Amino acid sequence: MGGYLSVVIYLVMIVAFAIVSLAVARVLRPRRPFAAKLQTYECGAEPFGQAWVQFPVGFYLVALLFIVFDALAVFLFPWVLALRGLGMWAVVAMVVFLAILGLGWFYAFRERLLEWQ
Amino acid sequence: MMESFTAVVPMLCVTVAALAVMGAEAFRARGENLPVGGLGIVGLVGAAAASVLLWDRNAVSFGVIKADNFGLFVTMVLLLVGVLTIMLSAPVVGRDGLPKGDYYALVLFSIVGMIMMATANDLLVVFIALEILSIAVYVLTGIRRDDPQAAEAAFKYFLLGAFSSAFFLYGIAFTYGLSGSTRLDRVGAYLAAQSLSDDPLILIALGLLLVGFAFKISAVPFHMWTPDAYEGAPAIVTGFMSTGVKAAAFAAFARVFLSAFEPFSGDWAPVVWLLAAATMVLGTFVGVAQSNLKRMLAYSSIAHGGYLLVGLVAANEVGKAAILFYLLAYAVTNLAAFGVIALLGAREAANDELRDYAGLWHTRPALAALMTVCMLSLGGLPPTAGFIGKWYIFSAAVGAGYYGLAIIGVLTSVVSVFFYLRVVVMMYMADGPAATSAPVETPRVALAALAAAVAVIFYLGVLPARILDLAVASVATIF
Repeated sequence: MGGYLSVVIYLVMIVAFAIVSLAVARVLRPRRPFAAKLQTYECGAEPFGQAWVQFPVGFYLVALLFIVFDALAVFLFPWVLALRGLGMWAVVAMVVFLAILGLGWFYAFRERLLEWQ
Repeated sequence: MMESFTAVVPMLCVTVAALAVMGAEAFRARGENLPVGGLGIVGLVGAAAASVLLWDRNAVSFGVIKADNFGLFVTMVLLLVGVLTIMLSAPVVGRDGLPKGDYYALVLFSIVGMIMMATANDLLVVFIALEILSIAVYVLTGIRRDDPQAAEAAFKYFLLGAFSSAFFLYGIAFTYGLSGSTRLDRVGAYLAAQSLSDDPLILIALGLLLVGFAFKISAVPFHMWTPDAYEGAPAIVTGFMSTGVKAAAFAAFARVFLSAFEPFSGDWAPVVWLLAAATMVLGTFVGVAQSNLKRMLAYSSIAHGGYLLVGLVAANEVGKAAILFYLLAYAVTNLAAFGVIALLGAREAANDELRDYAGLWHTRPALAALMTVCMLSLGGLPPTAGFIGKWYIFSAAVGAGYYGLAIIGVLTSVVSVFFYLRVVVMMYMADGPAATSAPVETPRVALAALAAAVAVIFYLGVLPARILDLAVASVATIF
């Protein structure tokens, strides 16, 4: 168990740092609130309404398809970097992988997932 | 380079079949009807041929997939489950208006995950396999999209399944933290060297993995999702997941606990003892109270998981071989029983209440006779597969000195015979709605599948020696 002492110390330090820096800021900072300052910060855009609203379930399907592209990118970048050492075999493997994913996208296309209903 | 692929050939066959089904669905013209079920069967038979060729060769792929005889035996059981499922689905898919391509592709993809799980030699690969099969089965559970009960079942199954996956993954993390590897042989070597220590982290890892597996095989008290998921899914999907998923999960369970964690069997055996006893008792006694046949068989399949756990606790030579034999006997019998339920259903009404079976003998004698054999085999009456399976499980328990478990097992079997025979009595001796309706033709393919299943049930019950020898030879290679 001795090896975990450093983890415990680390955890305590993280929590302590957060608490101490917030407390110090509270003591030192000037307190001048006004309306715009108290608003929810949303990348500079003015907020309107609640975030908990209903939105079309179609977004979900599009997001699902997009995630596949994301995962593909995660595999493609290291593949490109290591390709010189791996040779022809890696090219074949990636082509097979892309073909399977492509079949999936074509399937999604034929199932009319890309048409906004 | 090609040599390293040998052990995954059965999986590749099924994967290619699944992709072909998906491709056929994507490229077909609107309204065109393609025989995609047959395509799936071709892939499964190809995988079976590959498994036969791999027998006794102990092929290993990439160091993580190990096609030893144990894995191949379970693979063959899973392929049989797959072929029977597809044959029994043929009339059901058309009748219930299920999306054909999606349905068969999902069945095949989940079989890939099951085979992977049965042959995985690395905890992370077990996890990936678990996800491949689970995600496909979640969707299959809710494939009747217009049915609120199916949606509820799928959602419950999905949430609890995801929850149990987290337990399992956490167990893997602890195991890796301890031993520095997820490979089962390396974990086993590390644990064997540590077998005298009482490091609490080993017990935490053991406990978390145990919970993960117990969820998947629906052992009490982790069985809550089972009755709802089994009742809400289409009957044939219930048959598929109560046999295939259970067989695959049990194979991985046995492999992990009887090989890598074997040195700590003194710690986990008492816990599994309790799980087995609770599972047998609750599955049987709650099953007695059910009036819906599908729900009754859901509880019965929980109880059967308990009998399999008895074999795992006993863990002697007989016990390990008995697990494999019982998996085969249970898979064929249970799938056939759900097949009959599926065939008797209609699009508007599931017809799965017990009283719907009254007088079935008069209208559909063939189905009633086949159902009777399944019920007798599930109850463990000779000369059926269920009898021999239970016989070996209980003799293994007695041989290992677990008299208490053997007694609980025998007593719960006796009680369970009550509710299995109640179905038979209903079909033959009661008059009911079925007696007045006109006789219906049973589709040929499905009838052939049921006949084949019943033939296997009798073959295993009358001449079990050959398959049992195979089972003994299979466990000898790894444990």
